[in-house]
Amino acid sequence: MGMAAADSQFHVLAVDDSLIDRKLVERLLKNSSFQAVSTVDSGSKALEFLGWHEDDRTKSNETSVSPKNHQEVEVNLVITDYCMPGMTGYDLLKKMKESSSLRNIPVVIMSSENVPSRITRCLEEGAEEFFLKPMKLSDVNKLRPHMMKTKCNDDNIIEEPEKQEKQESNKEDTTTQETDDVQLQTPQSLQEQLNGNNNNNNNKRKPIDDGLPPDRTRPRYNGLTVMSN
Amino acid sequence: MEVDQLQRNFLEYTNLLFREGFLDGQFSQLQLLQDESNPDFVFEVVSLFFEDSERLLNDLTIALDQQNVDFKKIDAHVHQLKGSSSSIGAQRVKNTCIAFRDVCLEQNAEGCLRCLQQVKQEYLLVKTKLEALLRVRVPHLFSLEQQIVAAGGAIPMLNDFC
Repeated sequence: MGMAAADSQFHVLAVDDSLIDRKLVERLLKNSSFQAVSTVDSGSKALEFLGWHEDDRTKSNETSVSPKNHQEVEVNLVITDYCMPGMTGYDLLKKMKESSSLRNIPVVIMSSENVPSRITRCLEEGAEEFFLKPMKLSDVNKLRPHMMKTKCNDDNIIEEPEKQEKQESNKEDTTTQETDDVQLQTPQSLQEQLNGNNNNNNNKRKPIDDGLPPDRTRPRYNGLTVMSN
Repeated sequence: MEVDQLQRNFLEYTNLLFREGFLDGQFSQLQLLQDESNPDFVFEVVSLFFEDSERLLNDLTIALDQQNVDFKKIDAHVHQLKGSSSSIGAQRVKNTCIAFRDVCLEQNAEGCLRCLQQVKQEYLLVKTKLEALLRVRVPHLFSLEQQIVAAGGAIPMLNDFC
């Protein structure tokens, strides 16, 4: 599709103690063109990966001495199982929301059990979504808006109306990506939104991008073209 | 064999497994995730399931053999088995695990032993059927699929026939 790999780089961290479920989530996410999927098998390893520190609550990120602070290993979404030995998905969520460096990373919880109080608790603690396992392709589509939100929060602008305005010029792109999306059942408007993102280069958004590391350009979704790995 | 006939056999066998409840929609999801860049996905996931299940069934056997049965541990193992069987669509194994957990809650050792027997049985059944479908010993091609591909056909997905 003519975009640089770095432009569409989107990094998801999947946390699950089950090897089968890690494999499944990884495959699901890769299938929908998310470039980078990392997996860990516990909440504590997830925090380590994210460069979390005990005193993240009170101190700023400059004081962190870990070689893996979040600037180097940028994660755009964390998807975690609820039931894990040791630290549960809820515990992980809580720790992330309490951390000044990690609280803006959207967190999605998965569980094999449909327990309303559990779902409510997670959503109240700040989880973006709660999926019942096993995850399906259709669930993955629900993740996209949350990923867009990460960058939105950094810039305090509402992106979506802008993207919709740019839809018209990108309608022809839709057809080339349809074939890959037959199984993904993406709503048309979301598809076009994502296409709009493809052509929003940084020139139009210079002031907004100042908050981002230079190598991280804005466009992250080049439609739903499957990027075969 | 004619490609059409092979495709029909493959579909029929899969459909049979669905009808008899051995597999559910989640298995179809796995098939959907298989493509040219992930040609062995189903085989890989199912292999993981076999390994995982055998380990868990072994752990369960040991746990139930103890003087003082640790029901919490048993519940944890069954929960894991329920999860992995659910993830690959092994419906009957999953359902047996659900029943197992209920019996575990009652802290009924005898009941648990019976449940374990049941789960083992269901596991062996689905394993046999999946192996037939997937031809475990041939890593890159599945048994019926292998013949289809060799005959120049494409592997039909269930939704091709909807």
